[in-house]
Amino acid sequence: MGITTKALLKSLWVFHLSTGSCNNCDIEVLDCLTPRFDIERFGMKLVGSIRHADVLLVTGSCNRKSAERLISLYKEAPQPCLVVAIGECSMSRGIFMPSYNCPRPLDSLVPVSAYIPGCPPKPEAIISGVVKLIQKVKGK
Amino acid sequence: MDILLTGVYVVFFPGFFTVVIIGLLSSWVDRKVTARVQYRKGPPLLQPFYDVVKLLGKETILPKQGSRFMFILAPLIGFVSISIVAVILMLRPLVATSFVGDLIVVVYLLTLPSLALIIGGAASGNPLAAQGASREIKLILAYELPFLIAIALIVYKAGFKIDLQTLSATSELGTVSGIISFIIVLLCVQAKLGFVPFDIAEAETEIMSGPYIEYSGPLLSVFKITQSLMLFTLPVFMITVFWGGIQFHGWELLWFVIKYVVILVLIIVIKNTNPRVRIDQALKFFWGFCTVLAIIAFVLAVIGNTYGIAWL
Repeated sequence: MGITTKALLKSLWVFHLSTGSCNNCDIEVLDCLTPRFDIERFGMKLVGSIRHADVLLVTGSCNRKSAERLISLYKEAPQPCLVVAIGECSMSRGIFMPSYNCPRPLDSLVPVSAYIPGCPPKPEAIISGVVKLIQKVKGK
Repeated sequence: MDILLTGVYVVFFPGFFTVVIIGLLSSWVDRKVTARVQYRKGPPLLQPFYDVVKLLGKETILPKQGSRFMFILAPLIGFVSISIVAVILMLRPLVATSFVGDLIVVVYLLTLPSLALIIGGAASGNPLAAQGASREIKLILAYELPFLIAIALIVYKAGFKIDLQTLSATSELGTVSGIISFIIVLLCVQAKLGFVPFDIAEAETEIMSGPYIEYSGPLLSVFKITQSLMLFTLPVFMITVFWGGIQFHGWELLWFVIKYVVILVLIIVIKNTNPRVRIDQALKFFWGFCTVLAIIAFVLAVIGNTYGIAWL
């Protein structure tokens, strides 16, 4: 593992994308930044531009309109870029599985590195998912 | 041998590398104090170093529309100019000499990082970056006027001497006009750093960090290092001009560190207790309130000098 990979795992900058979610997952993601959970302890912070991001955090069920945007954002991100699926919708489309508007799940569109289940997942679950992501990249 | 020693001074201590390391540590102090103000724990000590190393390992994406040459050149211009300022300011106490007019050189070079930001934003071909660049231009026009009047006041009080060696010999904080101009320069430094009441150009929640929006990888890390260098250089500039300068021997070094930390924490507290203002409010604030105050301070200094009143 090179020094840049080590540094990457110590400072993951997160770009947060909602692909048609109900906003519950997004609120829980923002909860991670509050004093009780304070994810900046691990060097993570939310960034506004995909060019600065190391992690593409996807919530929601990937509907037809936003799936195109998701793919173009993934192509715009500087490599290495990890994708994390948050919530039931982004993993299996949840209750929108039979919907005409959600043809494909997230992991058939872009490669996903970590899944964080829940509807919505608790902030503790999100932090534990991030720890698992770091362990995965470390190769353990 | 002498040239070799000067080279070591410029490159290692107290020059370039020392300044970069202290600058990155100051940006950690910024993040940590911000976190403590918000009852958070905050990032670890080496966080700025992790960020920079990580960005060096990322992919660089150049914009398809827009000028690629200027896009790459802009961060380097800002970085080089602010490093030169830092080295001038840090070498002066060590070699105990300075050339005539280095104050002017420093004031000019301190403007260049903002100009680099404008060039970079305009070259990236992104509408939000262009918006940020245009706001930065207005902000420079706003804060340079009171900043230069306050500096001119100090030059007047020193008897029209424009070398840092003379200016750093005296502390101006014992006089009313000195304190007023110190406060004005502190506010202008806040705008130069792009910190919160005046982070109009970068506005993360509004225009997605403005001119930085298209930068990725090593170029973004150069911008990050430039920002943290400014966080170190501008307080050192204020200490040199207003607060009795820097000495590198004995207790004076500790005294310098205390002064630096006081100014740094003052900047961070201003950053954390204020909301972002609009660009027209910033312009009104600097051209109205600050400029009038600076002119009043100048008049006070002239009166004090003419009638021999020491405390004015």
